[in-house]
Amino acid sequence: MRISRKIVLHFPARLVEEPIAYRLVKDYNLQFNILKASIIPDSEGFVVLELSGSQEDYDQGVLFLTKTGVKIEALSQNVIRNEEKCTHCGACLTICPTGAFEVDPLTRKVSFVHDRCIACSNCIKACPPRAMELHF
Amino acid sequence: MSKTIEEINSKIKSGKAVVVNAEEIIDIVREKGISRAASEVDVVTTGTFAPMCSSGIYFNTGHSKPRIKLEAGKTFINDVPAYTGFAATDVMLGATALPDDDPRNKIHPGDFNYGGGHVIEELVSGKDVCLSATAYGTDCYPRKKLDTWINIRDLNEAVFLSLRNCYQNYNVATNTSNKTIYTYLGVLKPRLGNAMYCSAGQLSPLLNDPYYKTIGIGTRVFLGGGTGYISWQGTQHSPAAPRTENGVPKRGAATLSFTGDLKQMNARWLRGVSMQGYGASLAVGIGIPIPILNEEILEYAAVTDNDILTAVVDYATAYPNNLPDILSEVSYAQLKSGSIRLGSKSIPTASLSSYSRALEISNTLKEWINTGTFLLSSPVAPIPKAESGQSARPLNYRPVERNNSY
Repeated sequence: MRISRKIVLHFPARLVEEPIAYRLVKDYNLQFNILKASIIPDSEGFVVLELSGSQEDYDQGVLFLTKTGVKIEALSQNVIRNEEKCTHCGACLTICPTGAFEVDPLTRKVSFVHDRCIACSNCIKACPPRAMELHF
Repeated sequence: MSKTIEEINSKIKSGKAVVVNAEEIIDIVREKGISRAASEVDVVTTGTFAPMCSSGIYFNTGHSKPRIKLEAGKTFINDVPAYTGFAATDVMLGATALPDDDPRNKIHPGDFNYGGGHVIEELVSGKDVCLSATAYGTDCYPRKKLDTWINIRDLNEAVFLSLRNCYQNYNVATNTSNKTIYTYLGVLKPRLGNAMYCSAGQLSPLLNDPYYKTIGIGTRVFLGGGTGYISWQGTQHSPAAPRTENGVPKRGAATLSFTGDLKQMNARWLRGVSMQGYGASLAVGIGIPIPILNEEILEYAAVTDNDILTAVVDYATAYPNNLPDILSEVSYAQLKSGSIRLGSKSIPTASLSSYSRALEISNTLKEWINTGTFLLSSPVAPIPKAESGQSARPLNYRPVERNNSY
């Protein structure tokens, strides 16, 4: 089974100059698409990747990354709601493709169900007070 | 039985007034009946918090040394153009103004991250904003350039002013076309993919006093977190709109114009908003108290989302071409259920107006009245009513013929 995941890799300074992505391709047969990256020699870096391949290769690749000291996060953890800015209008409700926003029928307050977010970022500009933020 | 505003105010002063919000009154009337509820309840508070274009501010900067005449020059606040065609140091700023270098919709849909509404929010929250101006010099006003930080606390006057707020009711927007469209009612997905509405329904001020029996010019209100007043009917005021049997308009209908001291207001209730592909605006919080002078007024104030209907309009065809066609009529109870039906299709719904914030406003106003810090005012004049037959007219378009041959 082929899978495709969007993940954020955090590199400690000592790994910044290692050819990690090359190893993912060569040793684990994984395809990657870089969505965003910030890597500066001698300091911490991060890469947002869409990583795809067979389930087995993907799992082995992730294991390799973990062993080298790279910290891995699912990208969904990085769309956050700025609670100061949210006015609970609900403009996001019909924009989210996965139904990550729910409105309480009594209080009419809108909750953001983080687990359902796939970080497509459709909500970010559809939010009038710009309360949804994409954090890498 | 009937009461006067003076009687209600003396009860407020002695801490004996019974004040409830427009949601609570529904159950009270169901339980006690109109007659008993009307004798027991003195005030029903309403609220609404939504993007409201046609909002703005004006302020007086004080005179610089040497003096500059901002009028007939160009003035920008945080790069957003302001209007200065009044007098030397009076500046007016509208919620929808955009910086000259904003790309608008050149790359569609534009972001509109910063406009007049955002400047207003920053000014109200006490932040310094930058005023940059150029003008022509005169013998009495020699200065030609000004570039200075200003802060709301230093301004002589800072006043909220709106030409049209608080629409009595509003369209539900949907999209029958095959592509996503970007409107002032939000992002509308293709093929009836969603429907957006914008009203607090049963909590909304003018839906609780549908014939403007208590709300009029001079009514004291909650405005942007401070106290304000209704200064006039709003532009496009259309009280002659079609109504349900219980008197509630089924279309936009009445609008109101407000004014109030910006220095008392609060950025929680004046929030800059960005409508993707459309423009910038300001979300404004407004709450109006309704004095329960008699049973009839109470009956109107007990309106529920089931009783309020509005029109579903296609923003891909009818709206942009200014055609009167509607797709259907739905109630706010249906809209709040999460979907409406159009023929065999179920359309997911979402709101641009924050009901929970509207409720917070109605409760704040309730508290102000309960603690005696807010007294009710009698309108000094009515706004035009349904029987005036008044309805917003389209532009009388008369093309200008020009001789462009040389």
